[in-house]
Parts: sequence; C-alpha cells; structure tokens
Amino acid sequence: MDFKFSPEEQDILDMLKELCEKQIGPLAAEIDEQERFPKENVEKLVEMGMMGIYIPEEYEGAGLSYLTYIGACEMLARYCATTSVVLSAHGSLCSWPILAYGTEEQKKKYLVPLATGEKLGAFALTEPSAGTDAAMQKTVAEDKGDYWLLNGTKMFITNASEAGIFVVFAMTDKTKGNHGISAFIVEAGTPGFSIGAHEKKMGIRGSATSELIFEDCKIPKENLLGQLGKGFKVAMTTLDGGRIGIAAQAIGIAQAAIDAAVKYTKERVQFGKRISQFQWTQFELAEMQTKTDAARLLIYRAAQAKQDGEPYSHLAAMAKLSAADVANDVARRALQMAGGCGYTREYPFERYMRDAKITEIYEGTSEVQRMVISGWMGVK
Amino acid sequence: MNMLVCVKQVPDTTEIKIDPVTNTLIRDGVPSILNTFDGYALEMAARIKDKDPSSKITVVSMGPPQAKAILQECVAIAANKGYLVSDRAFGGSDTLATSYILSEAIKTLEEKEGKFDIIFCGKQAIDGDTAQVGPEIAEHLGYPQVTYGLGAEVDGDIVKVKKEVDDGVEIIGVKMPCVITATKPDFDPRYPTIKSKMAARKAEYPVLSAADLTTIDLERAGLKGSPTKVKKTFVPQKKTGGIKIKEETAEESVNKLIDALTAAKVL
Repeated sequence: MDFKFSPEEQDILDMLKELCEKQIGPLAAEIDEQERFPKENVEKLVEMGMMGIYIPEEYEGAGLSYLTYIGACEMLARYCATTSVVLSAHGSLCSWPILAYGTEEQKKKYLVPLATGEKLGAFALTEPSAGTDAAMQKTVAEDKGDYWLLNGTKMFITNASEAGIFVVFAMTDKTKGNHGISAFIVEAGTPGFSIGAHEKKMGIRGSATSELIFEDCKIPKENLLGQLGKGFKVAMTTLDGGRIGIAAQAIGIAQAAIDAAVKYTKERVQFGKRISQFQWTQFELAEMQTKTDAARLLIYRAAQAKQDGEPYSHLAAMAKLSAADVANDVARRALQMAGGCGYTREYPFERYMRDAKITEIYEGTSEVQRMVISGWMGVK
Repeated sequence: MNMLVCVKQVPDTTEIKIDPVTNTLIRDGVPSILNTFDGYALEMAARIKDKDPSSKITVVSMGPPQAKAILQECVAIAANKGYLVSDRAFGGSDTLATSYILSEAIKTLEEKEGKFDIIFCGKQAIDGDTAQVGPEIAEHLGYPQVTYGLGAEVDGDIVKVKKEVDDGVEIIGVKMPCVITATKPDFDPRYPTIKSKMAARKAEYPVLSAADLTTIDLERAGLKGSPTKVKKTFVPQKKTGGIKIKEETAEESVNKLIDALTAAKVL
C-alpha cells in the first residue's frame, strides 16, 4: 500500500501549485464576487497540459495516472473551487465517457481536442424533472435514418456556455425506461442547440451553469456514444468516477478553510493571547485536519481502485459522502473561529462555506451516496 | 538563433532571514530556486525562439551538483539543453573568478553547441546582488553588452534591446555575438507544461569540470582567483521613500516645498 504520489507526479502537482499560488488563488475572490468564468485560469491549465492530464498520450493527453488528476482537482479547489469544477466536469464527465465508450473515430475527433484543451467539455444528464431520478429523461433522440433528431431541455449543466463538446443523454426508446436511454456527443454550434438561462448560485459562482436547449437538433448518426439503449450505464459509470473528483474538490475546500483558520488564529489576539494558544482552538483544528485527512485517504483509495480497474463505485460513493460532509463541517467550524471577520467577505471563510455546500449535492447527493453504499452492502 | 542563458541557483530570499547576532544568512531550511532575473533572461530567449522555432537555447550554471535542479527547471520551461559547471577548484569564486570560469566554459560549450549569437544573463542574482557577472562575461569574451534588458528582438545581425534607464526606456541595437542582462520585464515568465516537465526529468545534464575547460588558468579560479574580500555583512537600515513635489508652476512647487520643510522643522 502506497499513499504517496511518485516523485514525477509530485513534480507535476508542485508545478500546478505554483500556478495556483501565483494566479489562481489570488483571483478566486474576484471570480466569486463577479460571478465570472475563470477564463484566464483555464487558459493557463490548457497551456500546461492539465486538461488532458490522465488521457493517454496516443490521444494527445499527458498520460499521467488518475490519482494525479484527482490530486490536481484537490490542488485547484484549495485555491479556487470554481476552477476545480471546470476541470472536473471536463475531465471526469466529458472526456472520460468518450475515452471509455467512444469508438476510435470518436476519440480522434473529440477526445483529442478535449485532451489538448482546444475544446472544453460538458456533461448533460439533469433535466427539470430528472434530477436524482435521472432515468426520468424527457429529452428525446429520434432515429431519422441519416441522423438523430434531438429535442428537450437540460439544466444545471456545468461549463455549458464555455464548452465545445457535450455528452448528452436522451431517450431513444421511451418504452424501455432505463434501457431506453442513449448517450450522444454533441458539438456546440450544432443548429438547433442553444444555451439557455444562466443559473445564479450560492457557491462556485464562477462556474458556467446553464440550461441546454435542443430544438430539432440534428446529430450525426456516428455520434451515438456507446451502445444504443446503454446510455444510463454510461451516465452512472461516468458519475462514479466524477464523484472522486468532486470529493477531491471538497477536501481541497476543507484544507483551504483549515489553512485560513490556522493563519487567522495565529494572528488574532483576544484576552491577551493569540487565539491559537487556547486549547479549544488547538483541539478544534486538530480534529478538523484529522477528519480531512481521513476523507482524503478514502479518495485516494477510490482513485487507486479506479486506476487499477477494480470495482470502485461504492468506494467513490464513500469518498464523496465523507469528503462533502467534512468540507461542510470544516468550513463552518473555520468560519466560527474567525467570528465576525469570518462572516465578512474580507475573509475567504464565507466563500469556503458556500463553495462546500454544492459538494453534498452535485454528481449525486449525499443521500444518493448512501443509497449506493447500502446497496453495495446488500442492505435491502 | 543560438542562445545561451547563464543561470544561478539561489536561496529563496523571500524565505530567508539574517541572524541578528552574527549578521550571516540563515540558510537552514530555505528552499533553493532559479534566480528570478535569470528566469526573465530565459523568457527573453524563449520569446526569440517563439518567433524563430529553429532557435536553440542552452542553459549553463556554475554551482554544486544540486544546481542541476534549476537546469531541469529551465529545460522544462524553454531550454533545449542544460550544462552544469562544477568542480571543487571553483569553490569560493567571487564574481571575477565566476565570470572567468563561465567565459571559459562558454568556449568549451561552443565546441559542442556551436557559436552562441546571444548570451543572456539575469541582471544580478538575488542573493549576492552584485550585478557583475554578466558584464564581466562580456568583458572576458570581448563582446558588446546591454544591461537592464526588458526585452530583446532579433533584427538581421543585430539585437534590439529594450533597456531600462532611470527616466524611461532606451532601445539599443547591438551586434551579435553579444551579452544581454535581463531585469524585470512587464511580462511573466511562462510555466512549464506537463510534457516538458516530464521530458526535463528524463534529460541528461552533462557536468563540465575543470579538466573539461581546456584553456582555463586555475590560478584565476576559486578562492585563489578571487580578489574580493567580504569584510562585513549587515542588514541595511530601511529607507522611507522620498516625496516628489510637482505642482502646476515652479512657484507653487517651491511654496509647497517650503511648507513641507517648515512642517518638518528643517526651516
């Protein structure tokens, strides 16, 4: 058992850390405040080759381990949770299903520009009436012989207005329920495909979250991703992996909150002492760090299992459940230590609390994670 | 263009403290980094290479074996190859001896890498702050030099260098081969990429020892070749910035100056 990154992997994460310290971190508050997409951060990640960090070299990726990718998601979230989810949605939710289920032609055409960062990726499953109950897809793809005709609306789609390539789920046979769902690759700019309303969110406010609208959108026949009627499986396995990235985002936020709390308590003087000198502060921080590290180990375990091709669905669910819980708990406790200052926007604590919340919700709520875990345990 | 960038590994001075009793640097636990100005020099070379991709950038550093780390960093960022000049006989060299050794190393490197058109250096190292090695290399080689470079562009057989001066910028055309020292430009050095970083890890960094520098006079290297003697190191007193009075007319300026001097009880 080895819970360390190799020197080579660590080197890459250190390189990312430098970018985070110099640019991504200092911009985080502004991106949150202005609710704007962190374009300049994404440009730098593209230049570095981070957008295809775990994609094999034959598809122009960097060919690093999945664990390193997860390390990168965590590192980014430590400095800017918004930028982390841009990479996570791109890497876990769009690039991965194409890598796993795509034909050689699809990989060459779509995975390569995703890996180089020429195009940003997005994943479209959620609909107004299909959230946790993802099988209730209303979007329909009709087989028109030469093409698929897509109609429907997706919502809460990360990277929506910025992405060039989308993995979209739609019903190809309404009579078959789950088994009637298929996955498609859709390019931005396809006639009949438009971006709808932009969501104003509590946290990760710079991420571009919007509706996707398909109105008689013609999709080339060859853009079916995976087998006909097997889209639900594509979606679920994709989300299994995505959860590891979101868990990493959660502990990145948790670690940022702890780091900020350590700094704050070492500077703040009350009752003639630095508040870090009070045993309550010390014990509180020790507990927060321990919980964060425990969640981090669950994440690494899940990432390692995925990398090794072992079953990891339950491990990813445990990692996300735990990390999201820790992130929310730790962010709240860190803010409490900073008192009134923590509640102001002068300090990052309130942002960490807002950013942490989404990790309990997207890519499967914490309740869904409990369903996955108890299901794996055979508890019925 | 065939370019050489001279680089130095230095302690990260933002992390360094001076022992108030002994007045010496506390180096323990201080990370070593690529001298910031050398990073700018490398970026200037990289920008020339961007315009002419057939260009080649070699980096050279004189220092202990661990200085290989910065060569690796430079290769990850933009350089094609890195050489380390390292020998016990070079230990204790001051700027004069260092520049002499480097000029000898450059002659040896030119046998391997071809004649260098431009030799870039940082204007100074952030640890010693002497700003002497670059200009001295130029003198040893008999090359023209431009110091305080903000950017460089090749135009035929000359390099147009943007040079920082007290009251603005001068553009100086200098014939190649030449030495250019770099100061802080208005652009940031580029980051490495995952691929270049991995390639740099695998690259080899040949070491040139005293024996490899065939024409070197070792009397001019190391402690023996170093006339500089450090008498004292101290933390300079912090100076506060001056005030600039520039009103609409000279009369108003003078009046304001007199008011300020009166308030400060000078008058």
